[in-house]
Amino acid sequence: MKFIPDCHPNEVTDEDIVRHRRRFLKNAGILATSGFLPGCDSRAEEKAQHNQKPDCKPYNLLCEEVTAEKYATSYNNFYEFSLLKDGPARLAKDFNPHPWEVKVAGLVEQPGTYDLEKLIAGLPNEERIYRFRCVEAWSMVIPWNGFALHHLIRRLKPLSSARYVAFETLYDPNRMPNQHRHVIPWPYREGLRMDEAMNELAFMATGMYGKPLPNQNGAPIRLVVPWKYGFKSIKSIVAIHFTDKQPVNSWHQIAPQEYGFYANVNPAVDHPRWSQASERRIGAKASLFNPRIKTLPFNGYGEYVADLYKGMDLRRFF
Amino acid sequence: MKKLFWVKAALVILAAMPVAILFYRGLHDDLSADPVEYILHYTGIWALRFLLITLAVTPLRRLFNLPVLLRFRRILGVTAWIYASLHFGVYLVLDLQFDLAHLGEDIIKRPYITVGFLAWLLMTPLALTSSNRAVKALGRRWKQLHRLIYIIVLLACLHFIWLVKADLLEPLIYTAIALILLFYRLLQTNRHSKHSE
Repeated sequence: MKFIPDCHPNEVTDEDIVRHRRRFLKNAGILATSGFLPGCDSRAEEKAQHNQKPDCKPYNLLCEEVTAEKYATSYNNFYEFSLLKDGPARLAKDFNPHPWEVKVAGLVEQPGTYDLEKLIAGLPNEERIYRFRCVEAWSMVIPWNGFALHHLIRRLKPLSSARYVAFETLYDPNRMPNQHRHVIPWPYREGLRMDEAMNELAFMATGMYGKPLPNQNGAPIRLVVPWKYGFKSIKSIVAIHFTDKQPVNSWHQIAPQEYGFYANVNPAVDHPRWSQASERRIGAKASLFNPRIKTLPFNGYGEYVADLYKGMDLRRFF
Repeated sequence: MKKLFWVKAALVILAAMPVAILFYRGLHDDLSADPVEYILHYTGIWALRFLLITLAVTPLRRLFNLPVLLRFRRILGVTAWIYASLHFGVYLVLDLQFDLAHLGEDIIKRPYITVGFLAWLLMTPLALTSSNRAVKALGRRWKQLHRLIYIIVLLACLHFIWLVKADLLEPLIYTAIALILLFYRLLQTNRHSKHSE
């Protein structure tokens, strides 16, 4: 098992991180005993007690400073509610994500409209602490709760002809007030290639910071694809469609010269209007003097996902 | 005369209010999750607002027959330059942290930064020649030089339009106001030239 290379035990001082580690270990412990995580045993907990990293799931960033919950839940893009960063938190307050139905369609053995709770019941819940890199060159570190996307896909049984999976956000202007304005074509759409969706890192979040997903962050269920720019991580999903053609994704539709389908975090390929080489990290405390940090290829997850793009020209397929 | 002094003093205080509010918010940890971005946008938008207010002086003075307004134009124009300088300063010091290579790359490669930087650069000689002495020394050429503000305001609007991701409404509102203020001058010059024929 590999460790995160830039991670030193003595950096682990922040209270948040310790708290998250405990929660993570609790989850991991439950999962390990229930047999979900072969290879991850109770030694992980012992190691953590000795201030070392647990050696399962090394992509859980136990040693990077977690973004303060108040920032992650009050500073984000969710155009369905507002174009301002602090707008969604204010305007999504009364949004009611229950009950919630998800339509499953296309090349799949189990098409239909499902009640969300039934659809995801019993899928192995866990916490993932991921970097989140917005295409606007700011980033956060967020502890998500949910399950790996492949668990859900396996449950839905796509046909072998399915090469892509497409997602759609709710379109309901009465509940998502900014949809009255045609700032972007509604509903918001995103998609992944099937092998990307089946990757261990692709995640469906139903919570963050150990709580149910706040409305402004995409309640009740959203995608989290940590090696791609944030706009790929579509929120408030109501439809999952399996297809053999590359699906439309909204930002590519809006500005094809600026946003591609893949949207992998890539410091070597600039946005046509701004640099993607570095980012402003929003950490535990907002500060005027936080240095810009270097953006990593695949947002630092190359070890797990670079193989998906072997032989592809990532300048062309940006 | 004395009365005018107090009005001017009040105007200076008013012009400094946005900075005071910014400090207040800063002290109360109320500059959003990304304070650098917040201050960048804040100082930039106030620079543009003061540019537009400065440009509005002549039309307002003529429309409402208030020649006294001209006496406040210098304060407004210099304020616009101060906000633009703060905007550039925050970008260089807090955002880029004096990474001059990054600055050079941005100015050359990013058109929205190119035009924004150019706008600030062109404002600087105007701010430096705002003293009574400079006005006298430059004579007719002072007026010619200060017509640069027409180009500056258009560059500033372009800077704003080019940096937004999807929603052009806000930058386009500012641009529309700028165009109306510029169009007014075009009408005036046409009328004047017709009269002189």
